[in-house]
Amino acid sequence: MSSVFGIPLPAILGQLMLGLVNGSFYALLSLGLAVIFGLLGVVNFAHGAFYMLGAFAAYIGLQVWGINYWWALLLAPLAVGILGILIERLLLRHLYQVEPVYGLLLTFGLALIAEGVMRSIFGASGKSYPVPALLQGGFNLGFMVLPIYRAWVVLASAVVCALTWFVIERTRLGSRLRAATENARLVQAFGINVPLMVMCTYGAGVALAALAGVLAAPVVQVSPLMGSSLVIVVFAVVVIGGMGSIVGAILSGLVLGLIEGLTKVVYPEASNIVVFIIMALVLIWRPAGLFGKEA
Amino acid sequence: MTRKSTFVALGALLGLYASSQASAAADQVVIGDIDDMSSVYADVIGQGGVEAINMAITEFGGSVLGKKITVLSVDHQNKPDIGASKFREWADQNGLTMVLAGSNTGVSIAMSKVASAKKVPFIAIGAGGASLTGVDCTPYTIHYAYDTTALGNGTASAIVKQGGKTWFFVTADYAFGTQLQEAATRVVLANGGRVLGSVRAPLGTTDYSSFLLQAQASGAQVLGLANAGTDFSNSLKAANEFGITKTMKPAALLAFLTDIHALTLQTAQGLFLTTGWYWDLNEQTRAFAKRFYAKVNRQPTMNQTAYFSATLQYLNAVKAVGSTDSDKVMAQLKKTKINDVFASDGYIRADGLMVHTMYVMQVKTPAESKYPWDYYKVIKVMSGEEADGSQPDPTCPMIKK
Repeated sequence: MSSVFGIPLPAILGQLMLGLVNGSFYALLSLGLAVIFGLLGVVNFAHGAFYMLGAFAAYIGLQVWGINYWWALLLAPLAVGILGILIERLLLRHLYQVEPVYGLLLTFGLALIAEGVMRSIFGASGKSYPVPALLQGGFNLGFMVLPIYRAWVVLASAVVCALTWFVIERTRLGSRLRAATENARLVQAFGINVPLMVMCTYGAGVALAALAGVLAAPVVQVSPLMGSSLVIVVFAVVVIGGMGSIVGAILSGLVLGLIEGLTKVVYPEASNIVVFIIMALVLIWRPAGLFGKEA
Repeated sequence: MTRKSTFVALGALLGLYASSQASAAADQVVIGDIDDMSSVYADVIGQGGVEAINMAITEFGGSVLGKKITVLSVDHQNKPDIGASKFREWADQNGLTMVLAGSNTGVSIAMSKVASAKKVPFIAIGAGGASLTGVDCTPYTIHYAYDTTALGNGTASAIVKQGGKTWFFVTADYAFGTQLQEAATRVVLANGGRVLGSVRAPLGTTDYSSFLLQAQASGAQVLGLANAGTDFSNSLKAANEFGITKTMKPAALLAFLTDIHALTLQTAQGLFLTTGWYWDLNEQTRAFAKRFYAKVNRQPTMNQTAYFSATLQYLNAVKAVGSTDSDKVMAQLKKTKINDVFASDGYIRADGLMVHTMYVMQVKTPAESKYPWDYYKVIKVMSGEEADGSQPDPTCPMIKK
């Protein structure tokens, strides 16, 4: 059996495959964060909480109304997205004129409230969400068994990331969004409703987080804490990719997933800090991130 | 400050929040509770533990020696420094007379140093690490509910004797996980088995798939999960998802009732586990569980019931010696036989370990489960000596000579 640095090749292939799956989650989450930061300038610390709420929305939908996984993929992001729109409308909107740190503190507070409320209702050990019948089982790849569900996550995330990139970079709506980011007052003078656009952007970013939550629900324990452990990593991913850069968020999400996967073979104890070490190095060499524009 | 630098600097804010509630006057009996109230272990004891203490105080009559009984509680957030400094603060400023320590061995080891410095009885309940009554023992420590030695002697020996000879461990990377792995390894080797490898996963890991692939690649028959709480749930779920449970037999070295409830029987069925208490053992346990359920809306875990029992035993000892003097109370506790809703044939050994009857359980299949929370069947009843040995731990400095 062939090996690289004393590690058998099948093990490396397996870990790379798993890294790709995790990278897909990172990409999906950091994408929403990057969109929100790029267009609103808001550091959305509640992103992990919206991810968690997306997973719980799917769980509650199934338990209470019998809504299946496929409908949950549509309805949970919609419901959480509407919640996001309400938060933007009622709270965040008032903070655009002041320093970004206020928006950060507000969203951080909201995240703590959401976690606390869900903990008091569902408990800290969380709930189980079943894998949909259509996606049960696995492919035997020779070097590992890849559960069909994980392959689906990679596919779904790739499609969503590509769509989001396309909308923002290649459509008329996207060009207006980008223009409003550069100079909101000028764009408004052309008769475009900028506040509405900003509101919908926040809603869409939040809905992306919720979608990631629904995708994650069948593979991890749906617990109030599932977001807080992930959001810090995702922030690091966004910083590495370059704040506000969509391509940067997607690519660095995938690459960091792969690096983390390899760390789990080489030195497992470091697997939860490797992303931050890379973040520190990137900040030293390129303070604007790998894909960010120098300010 | 620019946006970016603000953002990066304030990332450190996460995790810097703490909550506490503390105020008490002298001339009271003050019971402290230092536990994970909000994170991975919050369901194992958490608020249910506070409720259990209050139930015990109510049952005792609300006061002892004419003094009011006060309860303080704090969330240690799984940080040893918070646990130790709160303990110290309460001992110095709030007239703390006894402390109950919740989950997390790392925090409990840090707290045991304070117990011996401040001479305050320290009843460790949530922590599993056997070193609390071994190298880390103190004259004021009581390790009350269970320890890693008993878990190894229960679960690991049951599985090895059924033919699971080769093991691979997925271990939580802190004091509890490593001690649990050591205890299980001793049992596996003593029974003619072999350990083919292990991997240490950081506490709070959500994705266990890569660790499990390593386990599978080892070719071992048994997947030893030396972790707890959400870590345990997530690792078992991933093992099912990746088809690893088809080739390896999972062993839950520590699982609580709330974990099984969260996983559902569909995922957890067939698991072996060791516990010091189960709500459905007999009339007495069912009666307690019913009272607890009415308040908390969950069946009590082993550790929540241990909170109740330990509080009552402490108050009884205070009453018996007519004082809250730590040395007198400890002496009284160590000579008392403990037979109550929690423990049968219990006694506190010279090293501080509360030795009592333990149970090896198997998780029922969905078909076997007849009513809500009907999760375990008893595979084996172990006497305290069988679970923890008949001699005090020789590594405990108090025992030498």
